[in-house]
Amino acid sequence: MSNTKSLLTIKDLYASVEEKQIIKGLDLDIKPGEVHAIMGPNGAGKSTLGYVLSGRDGYSVDSGSVTLDGEDLLEMETEDRARAGLFLAFQYPVEIPGVSNLEFLKASVDAQRQARGEDAITSADFLKEAKAACKQVNLPVAFLKRGVNEGFSGGEKKRNELMQMLLLKPKLCILDETDSGLDIDALQIVAEGVNSQRSADRSFIVVTHYQRLLDYIKPDFVHVLSDGKIVKSGDASLALELEAQGYAWLQKEPVEDELEG
Amino acid sequence: MTEQIDKALAREYEAGFVSDIESETFEPGLNENIIQRISAMKGEPEWMLEWRLSAFREWLAMEEPEWALVDYAKIDFQSISYYSAPKSMKDKPKSLDEVDPELLRTYEKLGIPLIEQQMLAGIAVDAVFDSVSVVTTFREKLEEAGVIFCPISEAVHKYPDLVKKYIGSVVPKKDNYYAALNCAVFTDGSFVYIPKGTRCPMELSTYFRINEQNTGQFERTLIIADEGSHVSYLEGCTAPQRDENQLHAAVVELVALDNAEIKYSTVQNWYPGDENGKGGIYNFVTKRGICHTNAKISWTQVETGSSVTWKYPSCILKGDNSVGEFYSVALTRGRQQADTGTKMIHIGKNTKSTIISKGISAGRSNNSYRGLVRMNPGAEGARNFTQCDSLLIGDQCGAHTFPYVESRNPSAIIEHEATTSKVSDEQMFLCRQRGLDPEKAVSMIVNGFCKEVFKELPMEFAVEAGKLLEISLEGSVG
Repeated sequence: MSNTKSLLTIKDLYASVEEKQIIKGLDLDIKPGEVHAIMGPNGAGKSTLGYVLSGRDGYSVDSGSVTLDGEDLLEMETEDRARAGLFLAFQYPVEIPGVSNLEFLKASVDAQRQARGEDAITSADFLKEAKAACKQVNLPVAFLKRGVNEGFSGGEKKRNELMQMLLLKPKLCILDETDSGLDIDALQIVAEGVNSQRSADRSFIVVTHYQRLLDYIKPDFVHVLSDGKIVKSGDASLALELEAQGYAWLQKEPVEDELEG
Repeated sequence: MTEQIDKALAREYEAGFVSDIESETFEPGLNENIIQRISAMKGEPEWMLEWRLSAFREWLAMEEPEWALVDYAKIDFQSISYYSAPKSMKDKPKSLDEVDPELLRTYEKLGIPLIEQQMLAGIAVDAVFDSVSVVTTFREKLEEAGVIFCPISEAVHKYPDLVKKYIGSVVPKKDNYYAALNCAVFTDGSFVYIPKGTRCPMELSTYFRINEQNTGQFERTLIIADEGSHVSYLEGCTAPQRDENQLHAAVVELVALDNAEIKYSTVQNWYPGDENGKGGIYNFVTKRGICHTNAKISWTQVETGSSVTWKYPSCILKGDNSVGEFYSVALTRGRQQADTGTKMIHIGKNTKSTIISKGISAGRSNNSYRGLVRMNPGAEGARNFTQCDSLLIGDQCGAHTFPYVESRNPSAIIEHEATTSKVSDEQMFLCRQRGLDPEKAVSMIVNGFCKEVFKELPMEFAVEAGKLLEISLEGSVG
């Protein structure tokens, strides 16, 4: 395993939102097929990490480096990072009224295929794939015709994110608190979907506040993020430890209770 | 986002070129003598000249309206030439082969090759180049059905009774400043008559194009749908680039007699001016239709051009159970200003109107919806539903809504919904995170916003309208 080439390498990363430094010297190395859980208290910078990696406007890197498959990720535009295989499942998926899920998904898939020099997928083939993906995440096929996330419940939105992941087949999936707002049934569906996608050439960063999700998605590594850097790493048992003891024992100073960006 | 929008401002107008066609053009100026000369050029009968002159006298006593939320330099009406015709019109072309090839090339640059349109779309095209109708096709097929579709200048000669009866019957001569001006100096436009019980066998379409510099264009369109008839009419416009503002003051009158239906769709893509708002078309248009018993008029417009727009396609719902509809997409960018909306005047019992307005503002533009819904005392059981949505792109543009509601009948029901939203950073981020480039993302979001209106357009034009929006938004994000 140790000789395998890394998929994602983050070195001494410092990043800010609106001039406030949130990520402060973060290192992380992920190899193909690995699942890394990132846990931590509110305000630790968990969501910020996902936004910085995916290149959201307003999130700026102060120093450090990030490579994806050996390429300098930080040099790429947001859409090029997506085309390179980085996928972010949103904590709060936004609505795009009037744009059907199907239209949106096909445009996304085609944009990524085009970037790889492939032809656009035919509508018939895509519909077949999309229907299968719907079934897998337990969404009625009618959702393909509805506006993107328009009027979806919290659980439906999360499953819709998962469906996008199934269709886009990314190399690196970042799940940003995908468990928040889900009941236990929805959580299981999402977890099963994720597990079905685990493979030797796909890695996951599972960002979560609670250990609960990790009962279903077994991580290879667990990292504790506090005040912008990883303060402790371990295997799946670390999550259980955190569940029992909370985060306080890892922190020298109390953490401000603030919302993440 | 701001930087992205600045790029949009830098985009050059795609239809901006001036064709090199010799024209016969009057010297600038407006007086009774000019009007007599226009009338003489067209060999008009005395009654038509008198009608023009009386309108001109009314106009002289009128004031230019200033209530719209638009700001532009005062127009010097004496500096405008009121007549311009391509010279090759002296001998009217009998077929496309005889049409000035330069003219056809002009249309091709605009992406509207006549031949292709006829063959593929089966549309009768009455192309207005500056002020004179150049070529009218499919007329024979229409004649078989008894449909009259010709330049209004021709209708004045051939169908004087119809013209005399209906011209000015929906938009009176002194209705407003620009309508009065149009009555005095209109040069051409389309005339349509659909006989009783006839369903027009094809979509009727007219492309307008302003070509001659400093030429005001004053089209006049009159569509009469006789009892129980049905017609769908599409008007599309673009104009070449120039430095001086051009005045465009058209009048469109629709008459839907008992049980008739008229669907009037507009795609407007006139030169919007440069990034500082210089140049561009002033589009001051009066469009109105009257619905008799059980009749229906539906206006659909997609407006992306002109530097200043002042336009309120309206319905007078005179007959009982008549229906009026207004579906509008107005997109402004750069320094464009649009003050547009509709008027629904409910007179008859159980009349119904629907207004769906989608305003999109980008750059430093200003986009206003102004609409009137009036329920007269006799409008027993009348209903209106209005939905007015504004979408902002960037943070330097403006969206405004001015709804006027007057109800004099307690049984009438009026509903009004309005929203203002932004193309949000979250939406853009979602799209880009899935691999879409920012331009595709904006155009997809905007098209989604307009979906309710696009589905009202005839199929082939819905596709074009989507494309037009995409072109209009090109470079609006980088």
